[in-house]
Amino acid sequence: MLAQQLVNGIISGATYALFALGFTLMFGVLNVVNLTYGVYFSTGALIALYATRHFGAPILIALPLAAIATGLIAVVVDGLLLTPLRRKKAPELASLMVTLGATLLLYSLMTALIGTDIQRFPAAAIDPSAFEIGSVRISRSQILIVGTAFAMVALLLALMRGTRLGLAIRALAENPDVARLMGVDVTLVTFFVSFVSGTLGATAGILIGLNYNAIQPYMGEAMMLKGFAVIIIGGLGDIRGALIAGLILGLLEGLTAGYVASTLKDAVGFLLLVLTLWFRPVGLFGRAAIKRA
Amino acid sequence: MPEFLDDFLFSYQSLIYALGINGLLALSMYVVLAIGQLSLGQAAFMGLGAYTSALLTLKLGAPFPFVLIASMAVPALAALIIGAPTLRLSGVYLALATIGLGEVLRIAFVNSELTGGALGLSGIPERAGYAIIFGALALALIAFVLVSRSRVGRAMEAMREDEVAAGMLGVHLPRYRISALVVSAMLAGLAGAFNAHVSSFISPNDYGFDAAVTILSYALLGGIGSPFGPVVGALILTLLPEVLRPLHDFRLVFNGLIIVVAVLFMPHGILPWRIGRTGARG
Repeated sequence: MLAQQLVNGIISGATYALFALGFTLMFGVLNVVNLTYGVYFSTGALIALYATRHFGAPILIALPLAAIATGLIAVVVDGLLLTPLRRKKAPELASLMVTLGATLLLYSLMTALIGTDIQRFPAAAIDPSAFEIGSVRISRSQILIVGTAFAMVALLLALMRGTRLGLAIRALAENPDVARLMGVDVTLVTFFVSFVSGTLGATAGILIGLNYNAIQPYMGEAMMLKGFAVIIIGGLGDIRGALIAGLILGLLEGLTAGYVASTLKDAVGFLLLVLTLWFRPVGLFGRAAIKRA
Repeated sequence: MPEFLDDFLFSYQSLIYALGINGLLALSMYVVLAIGQLSLGQAAFMGLGAYTSALLTLKLGAPFPFVLIASMAVPALAALIIGAPTLRLSGVYLALATIGLGEVLRIAFVNSELTGGALGLSGIPERAGYAIIFGALALALIAFVLVSRSRVGRAMEAMREDEVAAGMLGVHLPRYRISALVVSAMLAGLAGAFNAHVSSFISPNDYGFDAAVTILSYALLGGIGSPFGPVVGALILTLLPEVLRPLHDFRLVFNGLIIVVAVLFMPHGILPWRIGRTGARG
């Protein structure tokens, strides 16, 4: 029982970490809380769903396809809404509000077009077989989840630490004006970061969609609560913090569901969020540059 | 009362109630925006007020004035718990924590037997009416106009324009921030109690993310230069879907669009004028 709860916790923790990574990346580099991020979680899952359902694409093709398409949507949203604000050097709450409005717009548009019914991947897309190790069951889609999450995180870290583009991203995070003076094409790097974030959010959406096989437009909204919790516990803009906080949240939720009550599972994140704000607002590692008002 | 007016009030009763209640919600948003903060917990505070008042009326048969006070006290307490740690930090934290509050309350309402789960609470007696709802709205408006003409109003405007400068000039920032949030939570809670006691039925989905964003759209459409702006915004956004029926299905799309357009192209809303101050010349 304990082992199974821990495994389940690690699996959902891996998706939380993946999801929060894109969110915290946007904040850390672009210095904006982009609330449309939850929408990318939903659109990723929905695009993958349509690709498998209508074109019979296998999930291993539908996943990257949907992630890339969503990344492009994220670039368009950033270009339309946030670039004008950045040019005006608007306060950060303006960008929060504009993405909030866009979030409601996009969710309700999706709902108006396809309804709120729960939709499922076709049975052929998901291999139901599972491995059993002792008393612990792990399905193939769960292995795909953990594998994809680890691969994406490793790729992102390699990109940030080992390439010139990563250096440009870190420079942009440090100070956009100085980055521009040093020859960084700020617009291009901004779009690239939006693209990567959108891809990460979409991948998390597809993986969660596969795990529970229940997809509907508003699924990203519930996920945002976990996203907020993870990025605040990990420290706003802190990549390592988001990874560890994501895993911790997943594990604690698994244990709460197993030993306390499954209905309380979803409240764990919020409780941790409030506790973090009260006692350690800088986040787990205290590296995030916290802005005191 | 002339007969036609009687008929009119009867057929449009719920719409007219909604105008008053949404006006109060718009004002609750205004208080926070007026000091340059952003709370997305207005729907959550409203829900807390609605559930508190409905439970007190239904389970304990408490007298209405007491119910109203409690429906303001409980959200005020929630505002203190969320606001005290976050208001020390930059505005982003309050916004994120209040969205979180909304989600977690919705989960709590859905899962608790006391609150009737996903079905909500029904059979709430109709205790509120035109007089008390519009009386409260008028009182709140008058109070805000008086405040914005005073020293406090000047301090609030200074905070909105430049917090650091306002702090240097001696505005006690933490005190203003927490007071604004608590007042805002109380107003939203009161609106929630009215809502519960005119519609006889409340459910968790009335107070979710959509509602929170809609309340923000009232304030941004009207503009926050004066307390009248948000109320006018609420009036327009409540009436418009009724007048333009085709808009009805896309009401939320429209509300979202309003926010986007307001922030990008008309940061002062449609009522850009500001309240003059006592003693101010020119």
